[in-house]
Amino acid sequence: MITDLPDEAFTEPWQARLFAMAQVACRSMDQPWDAFRERLKAAIAEDPDRPYYDSWMVALEQLTGCSP
Amino acid sequence: MSEGHHHAREKSRSELRTMALEALLVERGLISTDAVDAVVEQFQNEIGPRRGARMVARAWVDPAYRKRLLADGTAAAAEMGYGGAEGERLVCVENTPVTHNAIVCTLCSCYPWPVLGVPPVWYKSPPYRARMVREPRAVLREFGLELPETTAIRIWDSSAEVRYIVLPMRPDGTEHLDEQGLADLVTRDCMVGVAVPGVTEGVSA
Repeated sequence: MITDLPDEAFTEPWQARLFAMAQVACRSMDQPWDAFRERLKAAIAEDPDRPYYDSWMVALEQLTGCSP
Repeated sequence: MSEGHHHAREKSRSELRTMALEALLVERGLISTDAVDAVVEQFQNEIGPRRGARMVARAWVDPAYRKRLLADGTAAAAEMGYGGAEGERLVCVENTPVTHNAIVCTLCSCYPWPVLGVPPVWYKSPPYRARMVREPRAVLREFGLELPETTAIRIWDSSAEVRYIVLPMRPDGTEHLDEQGLADLVTRDCMVGVAVPGVTEGVSA
């Protein structure tokens, strides 16, 4: 059930960090937020069952060209 | 990595990868730890659904504001000092006795951050994104919201540019409340459209 899923925005502190990192990176790269959002959308479409913030990470890595 | 619950192990792997990515982005000069801290802090303490609730309450007591809110959500939010990413084109949709509105983002997780904050986990989940469009009445029922069959349900899918917020109906029996008291009745779920404000609110999660 949908209502069994967490009601919070983040279930782990690293998710909040990742969320913020994308915004800061977008700003410093002078990219519109949509540039990130499009990558997020693609990352979710590519693997719909992947945990949401893992898709967020993939999108951020692609946007910045950085993969640890 | 040691034995342990698969789920827990997976989480810690994501956490380590986040830390590694942060270090790399700092090294490349794309972010600073301070700037990231500031954004985290801002979304923790400042930006959240209390903002949207204040707008709803204002619309309930001030017909001129209500008109402005429905005409141009972005400008009405800016009037209260709210703006920023994911709020560039805010559209407010109004519940009436015959129409109930709710929001979703079918492709990812678009959501009006400046007035509602970061969306909850369930909003970003595949079942909500798929089912809210396909069978909204059943989903709303799961949230404890039973609407009369005669009430039409309109689902607003956040698209490339537009972010929606629901203006719920003011509940009966609230004539004695001031704007602050009214704002306290408006939960995040009411502005997503999976709940309606009640005088005896007890619905959460």
